[in-house]
Amino acid sequence: MSEAGTVTDRLGVSAGGTTDSTDPVGRTAPRPAGHSRRRRQRLELAVLLGPPLLLFVGFVLAPIALAAYYSLYNWTGFGALGNFIGIQNFHDAFAGSVFRGAIIHNLIIVGLSLVLQLPISIALALLLNRRLRGRSFLRLVVFAPYVLSEAITAVIWLLMLQPGGLVDVGFKAVGLGGFIHQWLADTNIVLYTLFVVLTWKFIGFGIILLLAGLQGIPTELREAAALDGAGAWQTTRYVIIPLLGPTIRIWIFLSVIGSMQVFDTVWIMTLGGPAGASTTIATYMIDHGFRRLEQGYGSAVAVILFAICFVFALAYQRFALRRDTDGALTRMVG
Amino acid sequence: MRDTRSTRTFFVIAATVALAVAGCTSGNSGSSASGGGNANATVPTTPVTLTWWHNGSAQPLLGLWQSVADDYHKAHPNVTIKIDPLQNEQFLTKVTAALQTNDPPSIYQQWGSGRMATEVTSGKVMDITQAAAPWIGELNPKITVGWQQNGKQYGVPYDQHAVGFWYRKDLFAQAGITTPPTTLDELNADVVKLKAANIPAIAIGSKDRWPDAFYWDYFAVRECPTSVLKGSTDLKLNDPCWARAGNDLQAFIATNPFQNAFLGTPAQTGAGSSAGMLANGKAAMELQGDWEAVTMVSLTTDTNLTSKIGWFPFPAVPGGKGDPKVVLGGGDGFSCTTKATGACVDFLKYISSTPVQEKLAAAALVPVNEAAVGSITDPNVKENAQVLQNAPYVQIYFDTSFPFTVGQALDDAVANYFAGKGTPATIVQSVTQSASGGK
Repeated sequence: MSEAGTVTDRLGVSAGGTTDSTDPVGRTAPRPAGHSRRRRQRLELAVLLGPPLLLFVGFVLAPIALAAYYSLYNWTGFGALGNFIGIQNFHDAFAGSVFRGAIIHNLIIVGLSLVLQLPISIALALLLNRRLRGRSFLRLVVFAPYVLSEAITAVIWLLMLQPGGLVDVGFKAVGLGGFIHQWLADTNIVLYTLFVVLTWKFIGFGIILLLAGLQGIPTELREAAALDGAGAWQTTRYVIIPLLGPTIRIWIFLSVIGSMQVFDTVWIMTLGGPAGASTTIATYMIDHGFRRLEQGYGSAVAVILFAICFVFALAYQRFALRRDTDGALTRMVG
Repeated sequence: MRDTRSTRTFFVIAATVALAVAGCTSGNSGSSASGGGNANATVPTTPVTLTWWHNGSAQPLLGLWQSVADDYHKAHPNVTIKIDPLQNEQFLTKVTAALQTNDPPSIYQQWGSGRMATEVTSGKVMDITQAAAPWIGELNPKITVGWQQNGKQYGVPYDQHAVGFWYRKDLFAQAGITTPPTTLDELNADVVKLKAANIPAIAIGSKDRWPDAFYWDYFAVRECPTSVLKGSTDLKLNDPCWARAGNDLQAFIATNPFQNAFLGTPAQTGAGSSAGMLANGKAAMELQGDWEAVTMVSLTTDTNLTSKIGWFPFPAVPGGKGDPKVVLGGGDGFSCTTKATGACVDFLKYISSTPVQEKLAAAALVPVNEAAVGSITDPNVKENAQVLQNAPYVQIYFDTSFPFTVGQALDDAVANYFAGKGTPATIVQSVTQSASGGK
């Protein structure tokens, strides 16, 4: 509620016009003027916050509530909700090896993203932040995959990864023919193949984010470090990386949430197969909710996915992003 | 004070949304009460617009359906038909959502059987039994029965399908095979010959799962007597012939007849798909529906494809109790929704009429109106039509004939088995388990 107060005060400042702009709203101003101004503020609030609130309730909160409601029923999606089964759907989900496998697959993608994508992103961002010939072109090349739609990316890679496809031809051309695998058909490696595609697709986003972070680091700090005799590695390690902290923490947040919800690429390239070897929580949800018309069960899976992401988001905001977003978000949740 | 106000505003807005949502919901249940009402197939005197969702999103069907709608509008100026061509995969989500609202399309693509039965529970699918009674007898009854539920007609097929082996005549000749196999032993021998000639014997799109199911389906059709097949909708699968189908599949997969890395191969996407492999001479056979004739054309630059491609029915299985003339197949059709008027049924009648069915036949589909079968020009499609005509019984693909959830569980179990997970017995169990609510 203190947050709402802050917003109103700020609005009051901008709407205040002739009065002293440092005056807290409605405290020292004469009563009649304050009264009408308060009405105006409420009107402004209603006009400005009403539509987004309506959208938020209608398209975010209501669907979440409905999904939670449907998840308690054995429902095909047609006709009335008849068969109330309590938490049976949740029980079935956690009892099934395919769903447990899906959670593990998501966690593997999260882990690999943090261990592999993050260092690569930081290294490439540092490289692309230096003055080098063709820097704009290189930035464009690195960022280009992110602009492609996920569906197009998935279809292109699906075709390239077929046996004898472009990937295999490439390996053969550089003398690595022995390295060729059944990229999408081998249940032991399909998930890692998909991770490579996901990395190709999303690494540009991380790099752009980190480049923006690097731009925000004053050059004076590097100069000061240089004057103190710090080498390039020391400057990077002790000055640049720590100052990139907030950006890295935001990237980790987005990456974890994105990795938990990964769907399009997997669905188009493997449908979660073969034999569930690349199933993620989201593909499992669509597979059951729509392909098998188990909408009640699919809703239960959706609720589980939401709960995982929600708990992570709150915990991460509370513990990791606390300093970065101090005053903007932490007060609301903490 | 301010906080109280904003809280109150929040509740007002929330209540408004809740009411709006509730309004939709109660509207839903109100209209579903009228679901299943009989339609009167008369063309209205006041102008009506029919919305039509079909899956002919590519040529030749896209243009064909447009011309059918235009011709109908010309003959019945009161009826305007608004077409919305959708990708096949979109139907699952869009129809499911549309049938929950008060604004479903007037006509939509319908594959019949178990999936239709699930959709009928929405109360939004029109019962056209009486309205279609005068003319539905002109269509192949072995197929139209799939669009019935509890003796009521809820849709009409416009074409029929047979699943069988498509093969490359040139590659067969290269491997020294002179005639297509008629028994499983001959097929196995041909697989050996093709592999010896360094030709991938059979292409399969296992990534998409349903092509895998065709194999189990057909082994079941060859192992089980027709009476057992007809009784399979009880979902018990007690007869030992179902288990034998799994054993046959196990033995067949053990001969390693499929292309390299087949588990990741899509069925119809790109030249590397199973359809593309056959179209481009990269594999000798593929077990698929008659639609593959049209699919393959779009996946190759070879203009002489039709002359290189042949078709033969799934071979007889030694010791099997099934009639070797029984065909695994199905069809495509349309349903009217309760939102539509009698004009919808009249339009379905028009689609089923010989002139329109002849157009479909010319576009390499097997028309469901047997008077139009003579218009088929493609020799392979002609053979498909012949096999369907001679079949004592057409077994609809099990993923469609079973209730939708059960059918998909079966496809998954077969696909898992192809990927080395499970046993022949788990395939049968997937049906019984899913039928009893297992996930």
